[in-house]
Amino acid sequence: MKYLHLIWAALFRRKTRTLLTLVSIIAAFLLFGMLDAVRTAFDSGNQSIAGVDRLVTSSRYSIIQPLPESLKTRIAAIPGVRDVGHANWFGGIYQDPKNFVFSYAVSPNYLDLYPEIHLPAGQRKAFDDNRTGAVIGDKLAQKYGWKVGDKIPLQSTIFPQKNGSKTWTFDIEGIFTVEKGAANGLDQMFMLHWKYFDEANAFGNGTVGWYIDRLADPALGDRVAHAIDALSANSDHETKTQTEQAFSASFAKQLGDIGLIVGSIMGAVFFTLILLTANTMAQAVRERTSELAVLKTMGFSSRSVLGLVLAESVLLLLIGGVIGLGLAAVLAPAIGKGSGGMINLPPVGAGSWAMGLGLMVLIGLVVGALPAWRAMRLNIVDALAGR
Amino acid sequence: MRKFKSFLRGLGLVAIVIAGLVIWSRLPWPAVLLLVVLLALWLVLTRRGRQTLSITGVGISTLRQRIGASLVVVVGIAGVVGVLVAMLAMGEGFQSTLQQTGSDDTAIVLRGGSNAELNSVLDRDSVNVVIQAPGVARSADGKPVASAEQSVVANLPKRSDASVEANVPIRGVGDEAWTLRPNVKIVQGRRFKPGLRELVVGQGAMRQFAGLDVGRQLRLAGQEWSIVGEFTSGDSHDSELWGDAQTVASAYRRGSSAQSVTVRLTSPQAFDAFKAALSSDPRLKVDVSTTREYFSKQSENLTKVIRVVGITVGVIMAIGAIFGALNTMFAAIAARAREIATLRAIGFRGLPVVVSVLMETMLLALLGGVLGGLISWLIFNGYTASTLGANFSQVVFQFKVSPELLWLGIKWAMAIGFVGGLFPAVRAARLPVTTALREL
Repeated sequence: MKYLHLIWAALFRRKTRTLLTLVSIIAAFLLFGMLDAVRTAFDSGNQSIAGVDRLVTSSRYSIIQPLPESLKTRIAAIPGVRDVGHANWFGGIYQDPKNFVFSYAVSPNYLDLYPEIHLPAGQRKAFDDNRTGAVIGDKLAQKYGWKVGDKIPLQSTIFPQKNGSKTWTFDIEGIFTVEKGAANGLDQMFMLHWKYFDEANAFGNGTVGWYIDRLADPALGDRVAHAIDALSANSDHETKTQTEQAFSASFAKQLGDIGLIVGSIMGAVFFTLILLTANTMAQAVRERTSELAVLKTMGFSSRSVLGLVLAESVLLLLIGGVIGLGLAAVLAPAIGKGSGGMINLPPVGAGSWAMGLGLMVLIGLVVGALPAWRAMRLNIVDALAGR
Repeated sequence: MRKFKSFLRGLGLVAIVIAGLVIWSRLPWPAVLLLVVLLALWLVLTRRGRQTLSITGVGISTLRQRIGASLVVVVGIAGVVGVLVAMLAMGEGFQSTLQQTGSDDTAIVLRGGSNAELNSVLDRDSVNVVIQAPGVARSADGKPVASAEQSVVANLPKRSDASVEANVPIRGVGDEAWTLRPNVKIVQGRRFKPGLRELVVGQGAMRQFAGLDVGRQLRLAGQEWSIVGEFTSGDSHDSELWGDAQTVASAYRRGSSAQSVTVRLTSPQAFDAFKAALSSDPRLKVDVSTTREYFSKQSENLTKVIRVVGITVGVIMAIGAIFGALNTMFAAIAARAREIATLRAIGFRGLPVVVSVLMETMLLALLGGVLGGLISWLIFNGYTASTLGANFSQVVFQFKVSPELLWLGIKWAMAIGFVGGLFPAVRAARLPVTTALREL
């Protein structure tokens, strides 16, 4: 620590060069922060702790295949299953096809399966009592400015009503909030009654899209999943039961290998960054050959000279990297707001920060290694003579 | 006063840079060619130009001594151009796959407001009304050339990673489908037989998903289907599995309904009449579009997102690369300060110095741009990937590194080189001769 101001002075010996290098580092880590946030968002299904006790049962062949509602009582009878709810994809849009609303038609007990959803008891009762009622997440309410008591017309892209109309009107009876750490997107949901949906919709009566099975004990997951799938084995509606995380992860994976794309971009960026800072460090050390020799003459050991140079490069990376990641943390929500919700960049999480800091130290050590080694091996006499 | 002057000069330079970049981004290639020719003429014919040439010659011949630093410029810019071109090639590939699908003389009819085939349902009566509508072409034996189709998806594991399952589109087609889409050709095996549980597989789907080889059995909707052929179409149908419409409908319990109807029109001009006839028919509530329009629309959103992401990433990387280039060129100028001052002392003017430093940087940038474009062309041109399309099923497409994209990449490289070289160049020309000569 006592050498800090020495390192600092060495770092800013050539202000222009250090500043220019810093901007490059900032750009690299700004990119890292944003891309890593995107990557984690796609993995978030795997990380959220809420929901470890839930399984999703859907058709084995594809999610678009409906399942009979009669399966519900049979699933509920399996030991280890605490509660079963079900839902249907409604495919709602609000006014314009661009305004897609994540809307599910849900069973009466669906909200009980999600303890991370908080809905005031009064609003819950109002929802239960109103056949055409709906409850929505607070983010969704914010997006369109919907309030409790509003009548909202949604068009379903899939299901017309029996009378041929595609517009369904719902009464907003409640706005729920979602606990931190819950799966992404839960706060954008629109839930309506499955019963109303099933009665009024023109086809597919008595079928559900998928079941949510709440377990008495998460450890029973595999056994219960097998038992549920065995119920319908060899029937015309075979099921596939998996954990909720695996279910949502399978959707993200369908978009393509996000991890690979992000990984290759970051590879290119960091390779360039290493080359760039290594060059800066090499120049810095070459320029200071005689100064380093003076340090050594004064009694600094070869090791501490090595340490000084390494510390300098790590410090350079840390300053640039922290500013870059900080910028990413500030910019990500700003971009989301600026694009009007078109592009939703998730905030930079603790995991990204930890990984970023690790990378800064690592790259700092890598780029500092060669110049530091050279500084350590410096021969005082040769260096002072300018040879 | 002096400070103020140099501040103004800096401001002026920034304004020049911004104006230059704006013009540069709009410039078509003939104009660029013209600029290059003009520059070459100036270099060869005028006194200043010849001075510039000789200074540049000195700079380039000493490049070898600054190889590490020069490499930073080249690699940095290659990275920017490589990533940019690869990202845009992905968008381009996806877009062109979907835009090639369909034509102006075939039309697709969906239930009103469905957006995608998967959401649509048309009952038997509506289907009959549609295929008898005016404007529908007829085959030699007088039957309308139309195919009432089913569109379902199946969950199949990917070939690259069997633990990832993706939605593969299955299309149940009528007898006329082969006439409707003449670009679909069987390359292996044979067509499916109507009434049997047989499938033919698109080439793209076969490459992306496991277990789709000809001769294999596939379990769909609780029944065994056999794969009897492979087809290629060069468009988004390549991602699909085709079977007989009736058989698919009964397997998925769709009854006698269909999800979409595709018809051949007597001519592209017949579309308006066809659409008008269907829209005014009180028995129907349908959306009508040409197949080209329908498939192009499906690529819009994703292509836009890819472009925005690609350019954002490119801009941030470019900023990093510009500062890397600035750093390198400032160091190069500092190393050659005495040499440049000597030149100025013996009568060389400022302009040749500025231009020669700029030329040197842009040459390095050009090298980087070509290298980056080449690398992404080698790795990504024709690279096959798939993603979730608008129909809730996978679209297999190939990255397409087009000449336009490569040209765009080189333009970016030159722009980065220009910005990265301009400031050091001006510094070199403005350094007071006496100070520079005294400097060690």
